[in-house]
Order: sequence, then C-alpha cells, then structure tokens
Amino acid sequence: MKASKFKRFMSQGNVGKLMWSVLALALLLVFNALFTPVIFNMKIMDGHLFGSLIDILNRATPVMLMGIGMTLVIATGGIDISVGSVSAVSGSFTTVLLVVYGLPLAYCIVVGLAVATFLGFWNGFLVARVGVQPIVATLIMLALARGIATLFAGGQTILFSNRAYEFIANGFLFGLPFPITIVAVVFVGTALLTRKTALGLFVESVGCNPVASRYSGINVRSIKWAVYVFTAFCAGMAGLINTSNIKVADVTRSGEGLELDAILAVVIGGTSLDGGKFSLAGTIIGALVMQTLTTTILTRGMPVEFTRVIKALVVVLIILIQSESFRKRMRNLVWRKAHEVAS
Amino acid sequence: MKLRVDKKYMPIVATIAVAVLLYCMIGFIYPKFFSLRVFVNFFRDNAFLGVIAVGMTLVIITGGIDLSVGSMIAFVGVFCAYLMEKTKLNPLLVFVLALSAGSLIGFLMGALIHFFKAPPFIVTLAGMFFCRGVANMISLESIPIYNPTFNAIMRFGIPLRHFIMVPTTVLIFLAVMLVFLYIAHFTRFGRDVYAIGGSPQSALLMGLRIGRTKLLVYTLSGFLSALGGIVYILNVPAGNSLAGVGTELDAIACVVIGGTLLTGGVGYLAGTFVGVLIQAIIKTFLTFSSLSSWWTEIAIGVLIMIFILLQRSFSQLSVLSRAHAQVKLRKPGGAETGGA
Amino acid sequence: MPEADPILSMRRISKSFPGVHALDKVDFALQRGEVRALMGENGAGKSTLIKVMTGVEERDEGRIFLDGREIDPHSPHEAQELGISTVYQEVNLIPTLTVAENIFLGRQPTSMGSLDWKKMNSSAVAALDRLNLELNVKRLLSDYSLAVQQMVAIARAVDVSAKMLILDEPTSSLSVEEVEQLFAVMRMLKAEGLGIVFVTHFLDQVFDISDTITVLRGGQLVGNFVTASTTRVQLIATMMGKELKELERGPARVASPDAPGAESLIEIKGLARKGSIEPFDLRLNKGEVLGLAGLLGAGRTEIANLLFGIDKAEQGNVSIEGEETNISSPRKAIAEGFALCPEDRKSAGIIGDLSIRENIFLALQASKGWFRLISRKTQQEIAERYITMLSISTPDADKKIKELSGGNQQKAIVARWLALHPRFLILDEPTRGIDVGAKMEIQNLILSLSREGISILFISSELSEVVRCSQRVAVLRDHVKIGEMSGDQIDESAIMHYIAEGAR
Repeated sequence: MKASKFKRFMSQGNVGKLMWSVLALALLLVFNALFTPVIFNMKIMDGHLFGSLIDILNRATPVMLMGIGMTLVIATGGIDISVGSVSAVSGSFTTVLLVVYGLPLAYCIVVGLAVATFLGFWNGFLVARVGVQPIVATLIMLALARGIATLFAGGQTILFSNRAYEFIANGFLFGLPFPITIVAVVFVGTALLTRKTALGLFVESVGCNPVASRYSGINVRSIKWAVYVFTAFCAGMAGLINTSNIKVADVTRSGEGLELDAILAVVIGGTSLDGGKFSLAGTIIGALVMQTLTTTILTRGMPVEFTRVIKALVVVLIILIQSESFRKRMRNLVWRKAHEVAS
Repeated sequence: MKLRVDKKYMPIVATIAVAVLLYCMIGFIYPKFFSLRVFVNFFRDNAFLGVIAVGMTLVIITGGIDLSVGSMIAFVGVFCAYLMEKTKLNPLLVFVLALSAGSLIGFLMGALIHFFKAPPFIVTLAGMFFCRGVANMISLESIPIYNPTFNAIMRFGIPLRHFIMVPTTVLIFLAVMLVFLYIAHFTRFGRDVYAIGGSPQSALLMGLRIGRTKLLVYTLSGFLSALGGIVYILNVPAGNSLAGVGTELDAIACVVIGGTLLTGGVGYLAGTFVGVLIQAIIKTFLTFSSLSSWWTEIAIGVLIMIFILLQRSFSQLSVLSRAHAQVKLRKPGGAETGGA
Repeated sequence: MPEADPILSMRRISKSFPGVHALDKVDFALQRGEVRALMGENGAGKSTLIKVMTGVEERDEGRIFLDGREIDPHSPHEAQELGISTVYQEVNLIPTLTVAENIFLGRQPTSMGSLDWKKMNSSAVAALDRLNLELNVKRLLSDYSLAVQQMVAIARAVDVSAKMLILDEPTSSLSVEEVEQLFAVMRMLKAEGLGIVFVTHFLDQVFDISDTITVLRGGQLVGNFVTASTTRVQLIATMMGKELKELERGPARVASPDAPGAESLIEIKGLARKGSIEPFDLRLNKGEVLGLAGLLGAGRTEIANLLFGIDKAEQGNVSIEGEETNISSPRKAIAEGFALCPEDRKSAGIIGDLSIRENIFLALQASKGWFRLISRKTQQEIAERYITMLSISTPDADKKIKELSGGNQQKAIVARWLALHPRFLILDEPTRGIDVGAKMEIQNLILSLSREGISILFISSELSEVVRCSQRVAVLRDHVKIGEMSGDQIDESAIMHYIAEGAR
C-alpha cells in the first residue's frame, strides 16, 4: 500500500516539484543549526511538546490552512488575495457574537465560518460566473472584507476570556498544539477529496485549459466557483486560530498580509502560478519555509519590520527560479561554458 | 445622421453621465455641495490619487497591473519626511531623490515582468510589501514635516476667488494629466502601449520594442506613484508608514470606472480623470453624511463591481452586434463586390 | 536549381534543439518575381526555416544572403528593416487599434515630434489601394472579417518596402473567394518583382499559385520542383519519402445505407441561431457519415457547436430516436451520447500539461461525475487500448500530451471521445494541420467507426476528404443549408457547383 503510493507519488513528478521546497527548508534549518542552534531545543512539559520547532509548526498553521485552499485556486489558474481580510471577517463575527451578544461558542463559530464562506461564494461568483479577473475580484474583496470586519467589530479591539474559544489556538491535543490537528484534518481531508475522487484531475484540467475542459464535459464554472468557496472556508478557520490566539480581536489588523505568505507557500511548494498541476504537500512545506524564515529573522534579533522586505525579496528569488527564461539563460551560460571547456 | 455615439466612446459617455448624475443628486441633498470650494477640494484631496491613476491607466492598458502604488505613497512620504526633518536636506533635492527611487523600483518591477515573464500582479505584490516594509524600517512613527521651503511650496496656489485657490498639488495633477494625454495619443511610445495591450504577440512580430515599452511603463508608474506620494505629503504634511493603504484599489477603480478594460488594449486617460472625480464625489458625500470612513472602502468596492459588471454586459452586447464593417473588394478587373 | 541573382539565398543552414535536428544543412533560394511554395509534413522543418529567415530563431550554422549581401537578422524587426516581411496564419495585428494604425504602427509619420494622424490615415488609404482594397481606415481592425484583416497585414508587410514576403499558411481561415482575392494580390506583387515564400497545407493552392516548390523532410532538403512540370502524386511522395499508390485511390466509400431499413438517430427541425445559422432541417441515420460542405464561415462549425450545446439554439428542436431533447451544454450533449472533436485542437482540444492517459479518460470521467474516480488500472487499460488502436506514437501513456506531434494529439483527442462509446461523433476539421499520413489514418478511422454503427458528422475544408468519407453531404452557404446530396451524386465538382450556383 505504502510502496505503491510512493511509486505513484514519484511518477506524478511530485519529486522534482517538492525538491525545491524541501531544499529551501533544509537550507534554512542548516543555517539555524550553525548560527542559532537554540531553535532545535525541545522539551516535554505536562505531556505537551514545547520548543521553537513546534512553535514554527504552530505559527505556520494559519498560512497552511489558507495555503491549502490557495493551492486549489492557483491550480485552476486563479488567485485569491482576499484570504487575509476574509480571515479577519470570521474572527470578527465569531468574537463579536461571542463577547458582545453572548451567544454559544459553537453557534458563533458556525456563523463566523459561514460568513467567510459566503464571501468566497461572492468571489467565485465574480470570477466563475461574471468572468472578472481573479486578481481584481479578490482585490475588491480584500478591501471590502476588511471594511465589513471592522464595521462589525465597531471599529475597536475586543477583549475576551473564554476558555473553550482560546483552546482553538492555545490548547493541546496528542501532545501537540491543537491548530496542528486542525491542519492535519483539513490537509488529509483535502488530499482525499482531490486525489481519491476526480476533483483534483478536474481542477488541474480547468487550470490548464478551461475551454477544452468545458468541451470534455467538465463543469468548469462549478469547479472554479467551488475553489474560491473552499479557500474562503479555509481562511475562515485560519481567522479563528488567529483571533482566539491573542485574546484580543483587533480585526483591523488580523490576518493582514497573510495573503502573500499563503501565495508564497503555494508557489514555493511547486504549484505554478499559471495553473495546472498542484501539490498540497508542497504547500505545507512551503508554509513551513515561510514561518521558519520569519522565526529565523526574529531569533537573529532583527526587527519585525524586516520580515516584509525579506519576504518581498524571497518572492523575487522564486520568480527568478521559476522563470523559464531565467533558467534558459542560466542553462545557456552553463552550456556555453561547457562548450568552451570542451573546445 | 442622428445624435449617435460611436460605440468606441460608449463607456466614457456612461461614466460622464454617472458623474453628473451623482453630483446633482448629492447636491440636491446637500446644497453646499455645489459650492466652488467643495469643487476645488475634490481635486485637492484626490490629486495624489489622480497622479497615481494616470500611471495605473498606462499599466492596465498594457494588460498589466501595479499593486505597489499605495505602499509607494507610504515609502515616499516617510522617505521625504525623514530626509527633510532628520538630515535637513533641501526639499527639492529630496523630491528628486524620491522620484528617482520610485522610478528605480518601478523599473526593477518592470524588468522582472519583462525579462523573466513573471505575472505583473505577483511582482507588484512583492513591490507592495517591499515598499511598505522599507517605510516601516525608516520609521514606525509618523514624522511631521516643518521644513519652511516645503511649507512654502505647500501654501502656494493660484487664487481663484477670495480664500479659494488652486494649490500646487492640483496643478501637478492637471499638468501630469495633460502631458500624459499627449504622450498616449501623439507619440509612438503611447501607441505602442495600446498595441502591446491589444496583442503582445502581434506587437512583437510587428517589430515593436515591447521590452523597452513595458519597462518604461512600469518605470513611469513607479515615477508617478512617487510623485503621488509627494503630492500626498503636500496635502497632509507628515510621513506616515500607514499612509495609502488600499490606494491601489482606489486607483484601479478610477481606471476601470473610466472605461479602461482590465484585459488591456483599450483605455482612456480622460475617462480616468472622470473616474477620479466620481471617487472624489463619493468620498466627499461620505464626509458630509458623517459615516464611518470604512464605508468608503465598501462604497468603492461596490462601485467598481458595478462598473465591471456593466463593462461585461457592454462587451457582450458589442460582440453580439459585431456587424462586420463594409468593405469594398475591387476585383482586379475593376468590378466591385460589397460585403465583408 | 542555382539561378543567377536570387533575392534570398540561404546556404547550409543548420539548427538543432535539444534532441532534435530541426534543420540539417538546408539550402534555400528565392528569385525575384517568384512564388515559391515551401512544403513538408509537420516536423519537416518548414517553420524553423521561416523562423531562421525572420530572425525569430538563431541558426547554429550556415549563411544567409539578401540581394547578394550577407545578413544576420536577430529579430523579426531587424528582418523587416532588411526587407523580409512576414504574414502569419493568425492575423498578427492589433484588433483594438484602427486599420491605419495597424499599417503604420512603429513607423507612424510624425510632424514636429508628434504623430501626424491625418497623414497616417491618407497613407493607409493609399497602401490599401495598392491591393485594390477600399476600407474605412479609421475603424477598429476588429470591425472587419478575418480575411480583410489578413489583407491589412499584407498591406502593412509590403508597405515596409519589402523585397520579399513570407506568407505562413495565410489561407487556413479564408473562404474560396477570399483566397482568390489573396492570390490576385500575390500575382500583382509578383509582377512588381517581389519574391514570395508561400507556406500552406493545401495542395490545390500550391498548384494554383506557385512557380516553384521546395520540399523539406525531417529537417533536410529533399527536392526543388518547377510546379508546372510536377504532379501531385510526385509531390506527396516526395513529402512522405515513399511512393504512395494508395493515396491516389483513397479508401473506398461504403455503400449508401440510405436504403430502406436505415434507422434514423437524430432528427433536427428548424434549428437556428441568429448570426450563426438560419433554420435548417437535418437527419442523421445510425452508422452514417454525413459530410458538411461549405466555405469557411458558411455555418459548419456553428452547426457543430449548436448540436453539442456550446452555443444555445434560439429556435427549432432536436430529437434523438424520436424523442425531443434539449441540449443546453456540452455536459448534456455528452450524456446523450454525443461527442465533438473541436476545430481548434490547441485551444479547445488538448489539456497540454496533463498526460496522454489523463487526456484520454478525461471526458469519460467527467461523464461519470467527480465522485467516483476511475481506478488507476482501468485508466491505464483505456489509454493503452486506444494508443494501440489509433497507433498513437508515444513511448508511454504518461507523457504530457503537448509533447506529441499535431497528428498524434488529434488521435488522442479522438480517443478521448471514443472512450465514451458515443453514438454520435462530430468531427470538426479533424485533419487540419496534420501531415498526410495521419490524415489518411483518420479518414480510415472514420469509415471503420461508421461500420461499427457510430453516426458521424464530418466537417472538413478539403472537399476531397468529404467526398471520400461521406455517404451523404449537406451543403451550406452563408449560414444557410442549401441542399443535400447522397450516394453517387457526391463528387467534388458537383459540390462546388452547388455551393456556387445551387438554389437558395
């Protein structure tokens, strides 16, 4: 079972794609091992694992969740830059309903997720039904959702103290932080949903050639629509982790800028921005790369403001690596050198 | 011929109609809205947006997008304030430095887009984070500007009537508008911009210098958003790393409302001008009605969506009614056959 | 045929891509006032040779002389400035700009530093006049039909003081009349002393217009011919590298099943859509091949798209086996057992990044829904069965489909639909742009499928193909179905006469 799965994994060309992200992660870890070995310290307290590595894993969870959805969106040839704001909406609704209106937690969470999912539904409507470019549709939502989140929270931060709600971000299950379990469930669920059914194939087909997909009888609109809904749902869950973590729902800033992290995670993970073939596992590793990078910057004692600039530079680096013409130029250079040596 | 508008100009006519309608409706509710002061303030408060929208129009006509413009305002603002207040450099020199920095960033983004075939939105998204990050690195606090030369420039203006004048910022906006109207319609560069957006492969095969044009367009967008940043601090004299959040959407909204197609190839700078005016009217209305400023985001989001929906239905209509234009094919013998 | 003083002469041109010798020491020459057809199957090196000529690709070896001077163009722009102009199959102009701008883009007349629109417009009128063409140059290019756009492209090309003109499959999307117009222009330019390189897949056109023919095969020059003293069979044989007796004969047509007892599958009554096809009736029997003949733009593809639910009909109805059915989307059509191989293989057929296997079972999977994934084993079996059946040449089923040649891609798309076991198959230009050998195979396939009981609607620009394969032919003109012919009535000249003169 495992062997055959592994074989299929290899044959689908995942290895080449995953190689880059694993390499990046390994490089970062080696760098840390040399300069900040503290990061590898780990200890068990009250049966819970603690340490920087666990911390990285834990902090990466919101981006992982957004990234899982984003992977599918990008695979259909789209993009969703509203995930950060949409996550703020679910955080805002859940917290306000819980704290201001005193409704039961489960109800609040369901409403928060439902509102976020509805925003994804709207994104999907604009992209799949109306035919607006994804970047524009979701850019509108980026501003709109932030406005909705802030207006609903009355424009102020909300303090809360609710053990059950805080458990989402701060609790432990199986000795690991609870968000890791959430990600594991969503990841396995999504992987099964895309690879054990034909959804994954349809998503890739739509991303690669929507017209031919339609002619082949695939419901292109529904597939496109669905991935935006799903991404918003994932972003909504990420929002719950974000807001329940800090005990303060500052929705005007919550999740800000995470869209870039999520996109980066996907792209580092080997899914091309042009759409087509995708790799969920790659995205998870990509998210780890992003968080390890952030943690490394912070443990090196650099100010937080640096992370933005460095992430921007990472994007540039990835653009270069993924660029066909850049690789061609490099290959030509190597080739010419080899020729010169030969002659 | 009856009064008929060429279908080419339909979008822009629609936009002007919306602007006039909005202006009259709101003026009906708030009579003060019709005053000259309010009208001048439309331009004063949105001159920075207008300057940026001009660059954005060019970028969108080439089929690209520039998400870095809002962060550029913050970067340029903090950069200028820091240099003027902390190092006491001459404001004019500071402006030159800021404009060069903006152009350079634009140029680098253009280079990534052109040479490495990277999608514009991801490159400029990186640019957006880069500029905001650098602004944060220079100063997290807002830096007020007290420089006397700067203040003199700020207070300069052409008086229209008692106590009402057209300030430097508006003059800059109008000048930029006129210069770029000329560039777009009366230079080869301008026409190349349209050609590239219309069909990049064809433009390449027609021997147009795509690379140079694209690089120049993104450089100009960088330059104009830096200029927008300067106009911004001339209006609000302080460098703030939080300034200009969401301006990229506002600028895109102006462009789209002005009838420029997001798919590239078709666009009107004059339309963008009206687009800026429409946004100014909405923002002023929200101030008049003392609603939360977050409503602006929502209002502009909704407005841009409506215009995009309108554009779609327009273009679908025009595809349906795409009557082939009359052609005369003269047979070599000299006989004529009509048809298409 | 080394003649004195050619305009262009290319000597021992070689170009290789990783793994392929695209051109191997090819010589090529073009004389003044000559139309030289450049022919060869796909992969013969025609397009690479053109690309080297126009500076799109850099050659590895060899020299190029223009008017006796050695040249070395690095971009289409440089080539154009030297006097080598090119017009491509897809009109390479800017649809969103005016006709005049399209002719003068990049070299607009200026006065005092700014563009002189007046002068540009009047010069554009003059340039078009040279081609006997009169249009409103201030209108957008997209307002005109493809054929006119093609002419505008030529006007642009020759206005750049061209010494030679390369026409790269310019006729693929033109109707017969439009081709005539184009040829008239070509003859005129030829008389002016221009050299023309003409690339096409249409044999008729080669014999119509060209003076000489250069044939490439597998990256090598295999022959130069004078058109007047060459036969078609000779030419085809040279292109394919073998003597092909069967080409002349073609596959035999099966007996007309229109005999009593023929069971009708599809009955179309008054189906229509504004701007694409006027109301028409059509009947299709089980196991019958019905050809659709007509010029390009006569409504052939439009009928296919209506039947397959890509476009929605505005009136009329379709009944299948006597039952009225509403086909509003490709999904519904597929559920009814319909299949469509679209005209544009690249943009509507293949899913480039997916494997051949995935491309083949895609439609079958889509018809089963997203939930129940076909097992990997079955996928492999289906793919392999059709790879063998249609002799798709590939090392294995997991190769990306975009790495196959055009003909093999086409076969894989046909396989996608055969895997569904359709009862009605629409083939829209299945042989366009693929080489002669693959064409034959596809024609034979059509006949054998119909013998298995599949009804086929066959659309092709090549009348000889339609004649060879169809038992009945419906003839279209200007979006109207003007008639049907069957059995022995069907032959090329009869159809052409019908199109030209048939009653409306």
